[in-house]
Amino acid sequence: MMSQEKIAKEMFLPAEVDATKSEEISKPSLNYWQDAWLRVKKNKGAIVSMVILVLLTIMALVGPLLTNYGIDQQNIKHNNLPPRIPVLEKVSWLPFDGDLTRKNGDVYNAYEMKNVDNYYWLGTDSLGRDIFTRLWKGTQVSLYIAFLAAAIDMVIGVLYGAISGFVGGKTDNFMQRITEILVGIPNLIVVILMIIVMDPGILSITIALTITGWVGMARVIRAQVLKLKSQEYVLAARTLGLSNGKIISKHLVPNLAGVIIINTMFTIPNAIFFEAFLSFIGLGLQPPLASLGTLIDDGFKVLQLYPYQMIIPAIVISLIMICFNMVADGLRDALDPKMRD
Amino acid sequence: MTKILEVNDLHISFHTFSGEVQAIRGVNFDLNKGETLAIVGESGSGKSVTSKAIMRLLPESNSDIKNGEILFEGKDLTKLSDKNMQKVRGKDISMIFQDPMTSLNPTMTVGKQIIEPIVKHQKLSKAAAKKRAIEILELVGIANPEERFKQYPHQFSGGMRQRVVIAIALACNPKVLIADEPTTALDVTIQAQILELMKDLQKKIDTSIIFITHDLGVVANVADRVAVMYGGKIVEIGTVDEVFYNPQHPYTWGLISSMPTLDTEDEELYAIPGTPPNLLHPPKGDAFAPRNEYAMKIDLEEQPPMFKVSDTHYAATWLLHPDAPKVEPPPAVQRRQRQFLDIKEGK
Amino acid sequence: MAKYLTQRFVYMVITLFLIASLTFFLMKIIPGTPFSNASKLSEAQLSIMIDKYGLDEPVPVQYANYLLNLLKGDLGVSFQFNNVGVTDIIVNSMGPSATLGALAILFGTFFGIILGVISALKQNTWVDYSSTFIAVLGKSIPSFVFAGLLQYYVGVKLGWFPVAFWRGPEYMVLPTIALAMFPLATASRFVRTEMIEVMESDYITLAKAKGASWFEIAFKHALRNALIPVVTVLGPLVVSLMTGSLVIEKIFGIPGIGEQFVKSITINDYPVIMGTTLLFAALFVVVILIVDLLYGVIDPRIRLAGGKK
Ligand SMILES: Nc1ncnc2c1ncn2[C@@H]1O[C@H](COP(=O)(O)OP(=O)(O)OP(=O)(O)O)[C@@H](O)[C@H]1O
Ligand SMILES: [Mg+2]
Repeated sequence: MMSQEKIAKEMFLPAEVDATKSEEISKPSLNYWQDAWLRVKKNKGAIVSMVILVLLTIMALVGPLLTNYGIDQQNIKHNNLPPRIPVLEKVSWLPFDGDLTRKNGDVYNAYEMKNVDNYYWLGTDSLGRDIFTRLWKGTQVSLYIAFLAAAIDMVIGVLYGAISGFVGGKTDNFMQRITEILVGIPNLIVVILMIIVMDPGILSITIALTITGWVGMARVIRAQVLKLKSQEYVLAARTLGLSNGKIISKHLVPNLAGVIIINTMFTIPNAIFFEAFLSFIGLGLQPPLASLGTLIDDGFKVLQLYPYQMIIPAIVISLIMICFNMVADGLRDALDPKMRD
Repeated sequence: MTKILEVNDLHISFHTFSGEVQAIRGVNFDLNKGETLAIVGESGSGKSVTSKAIMRLLPESNSDIKNGEILFEGKDLTKLSDKNMQKVRGKDISMIFQDPMTSLNPTMTVGKQIIEPIVKHQKLSKAAAKKRAIEILELVGIANPEERFKQYPHQFSGGMRQRVVIAIALACNPKVLIADEPTTALDVTIQAQILELMKDLQKKIDTSIIFITHDLGVVANVADRVAVMYGGKIVEIGTVDEVFYNPQHPYTWGLISSMPTLDTEDEELYAIPGTPPNLLHPPKGDAFAPRNEYAMKIDLEEQPPMFKVSDTHYAATWLLHPDAPKVEPPPAVQRRQRQFLDIKEGK
Repeated sequence: MAKYLTQRFVYMVITLFLIASLTFFLMKIIPGTPFSNASKLSEAQLSIMIDKYGLDEPVPVQYANYLLNLLKGDLGVSFQFNNVGVTDIIVNSMGPSATLGALAILFGTFFGIILGVISALKQNTWVDYSSTFIAVLGKSIPSFVFAGLLQYYVGVKLGWFPVAFWRGPEYMVLPTIALAMFPLATASRFVRTEMIEVMESDYITLAKAKGASWFEIAFKHALRNALIPVVTVLGPLVVSLMTGSLVIEKIFGIPGIGEQFVKSITINDYPVIMGTTLLFAALFVVVILIVDLLYGVIDPRIRLAGGKK
């Protein structure tokens, strides 16, 4: 069992050891955010989605400026033209050659037939407006509504949940009853009623979305605050005489950041969906405003003749929804403290 | 004495997000028929991993038996097919887990959970299995077994659930019983009852027991031999008397000094300084060296081999090397060593 | 248990009362209501309505009358047809909506559960990845987009199923698929997570230690425990069905409540809007209650804990 090779005598001299040192090196030193970032980075779907979202956001901002057409510039002579893009129109398997198919199967070039020399990259709608311009403007509006709604939800929800959880006692009890009743009301109904009363517009849609939207956030925040409140370091901070405000900002907020981010990431696609949904049932933005929802609604009306008019905004909205969901899932997996070793 | 189980040079790693955790780094021991071997050591030293490896219950997704063999009655369990391993589990080797509160299926009646292995391994009919299950429930000290049989786990107290877990483990008269801290979750009186129970059963069916615990007091009561684990290795192994009264490894000294006894009343209880090694990056030398006040240069350079103290007693510390200086163990240990000599001479 | 039930019932009534009141007062503050489209109404209709609903009375009295009528199940008279009760409209269009909703939730959760179990048991294989992909699509793509594409490609281009209307089983296929996507995706994700968690639990390890085979472990021990919590997502699923039915009935021209509702929104038929809103709210509240009770019935822990009280 023993290796009986000769071992130098001086090896048996006492060694300097310091037990406290072993403590320093024995725990890996990644902090929460570094660790979470490492995890997110490993999730390829989430990373790709993030990149796509950034690109879409950039396009939503600069896209409308890239063409010579205004978002509401009508040209009835140029209506219902399919997509045509220079160079790509030569690639036969790409749908960018300006061809359309009739119901009987005939293929014809709409641009030649109407004698149009312009290039409408993504075609035009039934009023002859450039879809490319309107698409990105619409994306811009949809994203704007979604971010605004998510931000309002976040502020109200975090405040409500934090106050309820932190103050506790009777206040908490009362605030809890209110949220219990609010979750009992399907937000579909509240949103529809509000829009009917307020007349659709960017602001009224945003407000309608946030009326019950914050409840979810408030509940997770409250639960988290209650959990954190009972934890030792907060108790310790309290015994050390830190004020409530200090405890909230120093200890609770950093710990809540994770849940807030995850929750917001799920609110945004939800708001995008609802905006589009409202447009589709006739409660959306009114012309000349465009959003992804109104574009899809307009496109749907001519789906059988000019499918591209619906498919293009449909792809963009689906892409946005998929990417947000993927990022949200990825972040949840990465930030969920349960998953940490 | 026949060996029933033999673990040779076992190395186990987990692949985790942060890297490879070398949880078990060369474990050797054997288990004789009818004896009780206790495994003690701090949290994270690898006790549960070793026992789960014997049962082949480590998570398939991220665990890896890098080296070594586990011989049960001569056949290597690490090489068995899944099918054949299923025939060993619950029948030849069974296990009692650490946490009685979560070990039972919440949506299945207790009776069904006990019957399962009986029907499976002993090929009894449902009715016969039920009779046997009720017998075992009675054996582990559950009143009204007929009634209890039909109930769900949440209707049982923690102590009763642990008895049920024990009943399941004993249902098929296993040759080896692995008890992984079977009593830590229970209060003291129930602990004592359960230990009594296990000893009784051992006498009746001649089972060999591997008993894993933190509690040295319990070890002295139930075990024939003791293995001390540290940092994924066994650092000392011997009979209970040898390890308790003539310990050789500084870690064992620490453990024993931190054990309250009747004559340590005035002295402050000792606590081993520092923290266990990080098995993600295990040290080059002796894993205990950073916390060892007797550490020598060689401890930082090379891992000590097992030195023989007696035929049954081995310890892995360079202090046993012939060239090593003689050191004085802590007073609590010296006192025990003197008692040990007295006992020996007295005989 | 009785106490719990009473408490839940009280909450339910409060919620419904709030929604009813909210609807009433919102409709009151819409400028010009209820005669904003008075041009469509004949003098006779106007006087009937004013008479029947006491619209010339002060608001509090109207409110009281409204609540009383509600209790009697009378939701008012629609503007779009001559003197047809909203209750009748709803009852008449209930059939297709209920059928469609039931089909969607049955198929959706059934296939969702299967998909979820398979991907949990075959974690990190191509089966798992493809079912994850389907679930992400199902959760993300808005139902009206999916329905539109389905209608165009499968209905128009391939011609496999009728494109619209509600005249027999083959007419149900496309709308059911469109509406089932969300339940399918939700159930499959949920079951997968639950199943994976259950498979890592201590009692599954104990089952393995007893020598149970893979099949016994997955289906005798794990499945039941993984499926119990699925009941909790039924609430959100019913909401998704309501939202979905609005657009899907519109797209496929199904004469259901959703289609009725969308139509009444476009023509400002307030009584129908209010009635349908209340119906949806009641449905939602009742489903949530049923879900909670169901949970108690199928989980022995809750069942018995409740029974003891
Ligand atoms: N599934 C796993 N994945 C990664 N590492 C693991 C896993 N299971 C155990 N380990 C690691 O293996 C080492 C030994 O763990 P083990 O559970 O055997 O300790 P133990 O001696 O039983 O401790 P305790 O007394 O607390 O039960 C620990 O460092 C632990 O982190
Ligand atoms: Mg353990």
